[in-house]
Amino acid sequence: MTVNIEVKNLNFYYSGGVHALKNINLSIRKNAVTALIGPSGCGKTTLLRCFNRMHDLYPGNKYEGEIIFDEENILSDDVDLIDLRSRIGMVFQKPTPFPMSIFDNVAYGLKLRGVRKKADLSERVEHSLRQAALWDEVKDKLFQSAYALSGGQQQRLVIARALAVEPEALLFDEPTSALDPISTAKIEELVEQLKKSVTIIIVTHNMQQAARVSDETGFLMLGEMIEVGSTDTIFTAPKEKLTEDYVTGRFG
Amino acid sequence: MTRRTWRKFESSLALSLCAFAAFIGLFWLVFILGDVLIQGIGALNLSLFTQDPVPPGMDGGGLRNAFVGQFLITVVATLIGVPLGVLGGTFIAEYARGKVIARVISDLSDIMVSVPSIVVGTFIYAIVVLPIGHFNGWAGAIALAVIMIPVVLRTTESMLTLVPWTLREAAFALGAPYYKVIVQVVYRGAAAGIFTGVLLSIARVAGETAPLLFTSFSNNFFSTDMNQPISSLTVTIFQYAMGPYDDWHRQAWAASLIITLVILLVTVIGRAIIKVRYQK
Amino acid sequence: MPFRIKRGPDTIFYGLTAVASLSVLLIILGIVIVLYKEAALSIGKFGVWRFIVSTEWNPVREIFGAATNIFGTVVTTALSMIIALPVAVGIAVFMTEIAPKPLRGTIGAAIELLAAIPSIIYGMWGLFTLAPIMSEYIEPALQNTIGKLPLVGILFQGTPLGIDILTASVILSIMIIPFTASISRDAFNLTPSVVKESAYGLGATKWEVVKNVVLPYSKVGVFGGAVLSMGRALGETMAVAFVLGNSHQITSSLFDAAATITVTLANEFTEADTDIYLSSLFNLALILFVLSFITLAIAKFFLFRAQRKLAR
Repeated sequence: MTVNIEVKNLNFYYSGGVHALKNINLSIRKNAVTALIGPSGCGKTTLLRCFNRMHDLYPGNKYEGEIIFDEENILSDDVDLIDLRSRIGMVFQKPTPFPMSIFDNVAYGLKLRGVRKKADLSERVEHSLRQAALWDEVKDKLFQSAYALSGGQQQRLVIARALAVEPEALLFDEPTSALDPISTAKIEELVEQLKKSVTIIIVTHNMQQAARVSDETGFLMLGEMIEVGSTDTIFTAPKEKLTEDYVTGRFG
Repeated sequence: MTRRTWRKFESSLALSLCAFAAFIGLFWLVFILGDVLIQGIGALNLSLFTQDPVPPGMDGGGLRNAFVGQFLITVVATLIGVPLGVLGGTFIAEYARGKVIARVISDLSDIMVSVPSIVVGTFIYAIVVLPIGHFNGWAGAIALAVIMIPVVLRTTESMLTLVPWTLREAAFALGAPYYKVIVQVVYRGAAAGIFTGVLLSIARVAGETAPLLFTSFSNNFFSTDMNQPISSLTVTIFQYAMGPYDDWHRQAWAASLIITLVILLVTVIGRAIIKVRYQK
Repeated sequence: MPFRIKRGPDTIFYGLTAVASLSVLLIILGIVIVLYKEAALSIGKFGVWRFIVSTEWNPVREIFGAATNIFGTVVTTALSMIIALPVAVGIAVFMTEIAPKPLRGTIGAAIELLAAIPSIIYGMWGLFTLAPIMSEYIEPALQNTIGKLPLVGILFQGTPLGIDILTASVILSIMIIPFTASISRDAFNLTPSVVKESAYGLGATKWEVVKNVVLPYSKVGVFGGAVLSMGRALGETMAVAFVLGNSHQITSSLFDAAATITVTLANEFTEADTDIYLSSLFNLALILFVLSFITLAIAKFFLFRAQRKLAR
């Protein structure tokens, strides 16, 4: 098993001192889907946002411990955040297309990195849209506003946008909780496809989704990683009682 | 009369009074605008735009210099006031969001929006006209800009705050630096609103008279020299209306009509943009 | 892969926007400092308080006092508020409760258009249309009715020329009605429908809902809006300049001319030929600035309280 990202003794404090993550240890497998599950407020989204240092946007947050990615600790102070975020991308809960055309949305990350030539942009935009299984639906309206798309399509657009910069890992923060069942199914299919080329970490409050889509699962509660293992094990033969109670629905 | 009947009667009476109040409110609008229209149209003719004023007492002449002067002053004021207002609004809505300084500047701007414009005129007189030694167009433009800045700052702040936070996070997650997030994503999302705010601020200062009274003052001759006193439509209306000549009064009405039409037009366009863009 | 941090353009943009926002602070400080500096001569000669209470305004003898101007400012503002406030609240009630839904947008738009008309237009109209009407019909009528009553009658003495406190106050009130109505309507709309519906459910008439539910709920907002309008009325120049007459006197009749700080500034600033004259005008401007700043700050405070109440 090749490990892509290694979390070592991670502690996280929100500004004001709230100890939100306590001694997290986790190995993220390369080219696999790792799901983070747990009841509301357990810290799964907090953990997810450590991987691309989103917490740095808000003053007062503090990390302790290490997250090793490609032999570097991405939590250290001399990490170039802009570089990090092109290697580890993020998809949010609500679809967030920019107020631009579909083409410009997908091309945005590329333009940030200095890709200027029309031919290069067109080629990579098309490639990403195909990867996100959206190309056929938008190829005739690339220059229309992204807001003209449906919710499910917008979310796939956002995924294409994240894929355009060819990240090594993608973070999904409850990507289908705002979508209808059909769009949800399409996104889950997409995740299955994408894992062959991208390492995926997905936060979800929907246990069935975690069971369907992921290879590994981590169960958090109150900021602690209670149990980590292969999805099969977690859902059919969990080692911890708390895990068993959660996955069988005794609390949620 | 039973209590029930009295209550119903009281309600009808009170509400009728309110309806009457609304009628009065709209009545004034129709009355005033109608008056401006009737009086102004009678005095409208081409020479108003093509000729400069003739010596007082003589009939004829036009207000070409006033139109040109008003235009120049307004344009310069916009060039100064809008960038400062937009950038200032950006600071308090983005970089300083949630901090005390943002609240302070926002509240002070709100107050400045309603502060007497003639006081701004005296202020600019002291710091621009006195050092230069005479009235000049720049002073008038700066006075108008000082009035514009808080207005534009507040509307920019409001419009930027309307853009959902997750949109910014999505741009950050792609690796964009903050200034690009603001300029390339947030500004685009708020563009219609900011533009309207700018339009409405222009409509506001285009009708101002008091701040120009002792800054750009007035000029009976055609001039585009901003270093000297320059004529403006609003000050000319004031002078002509207060003067003794009928011909002056007629021209003042015509000028009033033009100014009112332009300002109303800009206001209507601005509000229409807001309605269309934000009606989702 | 090398990891570096880029800072350049971000800091520049940050600096640019920060400086721009500070311009507001600088302007306010600048106004206070500059006005004070220019008024220093007058303050030195007349003293702060004596200037405020002195009723003499004599450019020839070079003795100046602000009392007549302050009187005019306060009286016209107060009178205009007395006329405007009930009308504005009535309009707001009409817009929120009475008007059929499709009409509400149109009326609201009409009110906002009224608010956009520049004050000089009101002034022009006041001078050429309203003043004659006041002088020929309304003021004589008032003089012959209320003017005959004891006590109240002194308000309506003198020759009704139309260029006086009453006309100026009427114009001023017409000017501030749209703005006040707008703010009141916004305050009314903050009342949650559930509260109104519970009142209706108990069998209240529409007026009772307005009186007992909407008005109490929004009174802080309406009050804040009223104070805000008052702050604006204090600083109005052009609407009043045409029809007030600029006579430095304190008088008991509404049919007399008077002077406000703004009108005095407008008419005399360019005529001031001595240093002490100009300095006294700056003194007036400073007083007006402080007065309106405080009024507007109070208004903000109340409006802030109204918003807070909604958030709870």
